[in-house]
Amino acid sequence: MSARLLAGLAVLLVLLLAAPALLGGYGLSVLILVLYFAFVGQAWNIMMGFAGQLSLGHALYAGLGGYVAAGLYFHYGIGPWAGVLVAIAAAVAAGSIVGYLGFRFSLAGVYFALLTIAFAEFTRIGFDNWSWSGGSGGLFLKVERGVTDLANLRGGPVLFYYVILALAAGTFGLCHLLLQSRLGRYWLAIREDAEAAQAVGVPVLRCKMMAVMISAALTAIAGVWNAFYYNNLFPETAFSIGRSIEMTLSPIIGGLGTLGGPLIGAVVLTSLGELFTSVGDMLGIPGIKQIFYGLALLAIIMYRPAGLWPWIAKRLGLERRL
Amino acid sequence: MNDFLLALAQAVAKGLLTGMVYGLMALGLSVIFGVMRVVNFAHGEMMVVGMYLAWAAFDALQVPPMLSLPAIAAVFFGAGYLLQRGLIQPFINRPEHQQFLLLLAVATLIANACLAIAGPDSLTVQLESRFDSYEMGPLVLDTVRVQAAFVALLITALLWLFFTRTRTGKAIRAAADNHMGALVVGLDVRRLYAVTFGIGAACVGAAGALMIMLVPVTPSLAPDYTLLAFVIVIVGGLGSMTGALLGGLLIGVSEAVAGLLGDPALKSMFSFGLLIVVLLLRPQGLLGRKETR
Repeated sequence: MSARLLAGLAVLLVLLLAAPALLGGYGLSVLILVLYFAFVGQAWNIMMGFAGQLSLGHALYAGLGGYVAAGLYFHYGIGPWAGVLVAIAAAVAAGSIVGYLGFRFSLAGVYFALLTIAFAEFTRIGFDNWSWSGGSGGLFLKVERGVTDLANLRGGPVLFYYVILALAAGTFGLCHLLLQSRLGRYWLAIREDAEAAQAVGVPVLRCKMMAVMISAALTAIAGVWNAFYYNNLFPETAFSIGRSIEMTLSPIIGGLGTLGGPLIGAVVLTSLGELFTSVGDMLGIPGIKQIFYGLALLAIIMYRPAGLWPWIAKRLGLERRL
Repeated sequence: MNDFLLALAQAVAKGLLTGMVYGLMALGLSVIFGVMRVVNFAHGEMMVVGMYLAWAAFDALQVPPMLSLPAIAAVFFGAGYLLQRGLIQPFINRPEHQQFLLLLAVATLIANACLAIAGPDSLTVQLESRFDSYEMGPLVLDTVRVQAAFVALLITALLWLFFTRTRTGKAIRAAADNHMGALVVGLDVRRLYAVTFGIGAACVGAAGALMIMLVPVTPSLAPDYTLLAFVIVIVGGLGSMTGALLGGLLIGVSEAVAGLLGDPALKSMFSFGLLIVVLLLRPQGLLGRKETR
């Protein structure tokens, strides 16, 4: 990493740490969304951007994680810091099953993506009919106002802001390390040409499994955070294909397989979303927000198919792809 | 005959009829994927547009869906042709995730344009014949359902004739089998791709015109139809015409039987379970051929 880049990152981090003091409630809520999508996008990026495996069912891991931790808290009073470990275990187990079946039976591309969708949908139906998790009526956590309880993750936006900031920053660092590691190099080799990688002795199946497990674990953490931030969970949304798709947008728009991509993508898409919401409210036409959003996606994928970050990085004179 | 068995037979017959319309819808997806290897993530959205157009023709001009169907199919063919030419052709050789995002954007635009124009309420076509029925032995079949199934089957047969008997149809199959070979012998593959997308779109538009006779339409139906079409073609075999029809029938019957047993979740359980089993054990689908490339 160049000195210039490190300095830039340091300034960004200081600004982010000071943000709750600088921004109002609305600004902070938008920033929370940006960091959430950057975090969950980075998690998805490990699987698709690094290892080249297209998952359109990541809602499975987020939903499972959220339900496990929220359910443990709701039923037994077990706090989310312990709950998240169980949540991660559950998501990693689910990821291993999906991954092993998909990779073992060598499903690639669209076929693998459909398998991931099928598992997410299957789980959604299961949770719809499971009374422990509240069934289709949903699971609700008690909202406690004026409390800041880090141990049980109960509190206001500032608390959730710092948690998601730590998660996003930590994952950014983790992904940087992963890309430098042997495993990261193996992933890139598999992404570029799995057969060639196999031929030169890369343990393809094991590396792909690592990708899906790490990705599922991080996504489960995002799910836990999400459940405690919003205080409610419904199978209909938690496991929906829409939830899965929204996780893929930031990294694709930002630049697949890059470190900066999910962050830039989250900034751009969340700001556009907020802008279009206010324009939509002004116009008062149902669906107009989504129409603008669709047009923006269309424009970006047509004119910057490799994502925004590689293009911005070049402009900023950052030679190596971050 | 036992009451339950009769009800079951009734449900199966109903499912088979609806399944033919599902088959026609899925056929559009299958043809597009089979030829140009692009997955149309906007398929359900296109289906819903077909339903809205047929509804509008009935509401404004009192033209029943059966009669507006040819016009709708023609409009869809033209729109599909242009969509392929303008947007999709540049993405033909791009990575799958880019194609996915492109069609996702198209799907978002279509679904929300429907919402903006028609609103969120469900709209239904009140045909005069909607309470009529045919009696076949002990079975009672809705007239509109039989008609819809018959037309769906007719269109499927016409498509089969097109792909096996006409020059353009054969050329499209040639381009699907061997892209390079087709270019070498001088076929205009870009035009063939656009025609194919037009045909796929016409199928789903026609299926929409038939479906509005059976169920009311809302914009929120779209993602469900997209998923349904995926399940059907994967189960039947991507690129296989008879496979799409078989998949449609299977899903139609499972839906009707789940309705009979009073638990709609059973239908999804069955269809996604079937999808997983087929993906793992027979990824080319029940009637598909092994991938050649």
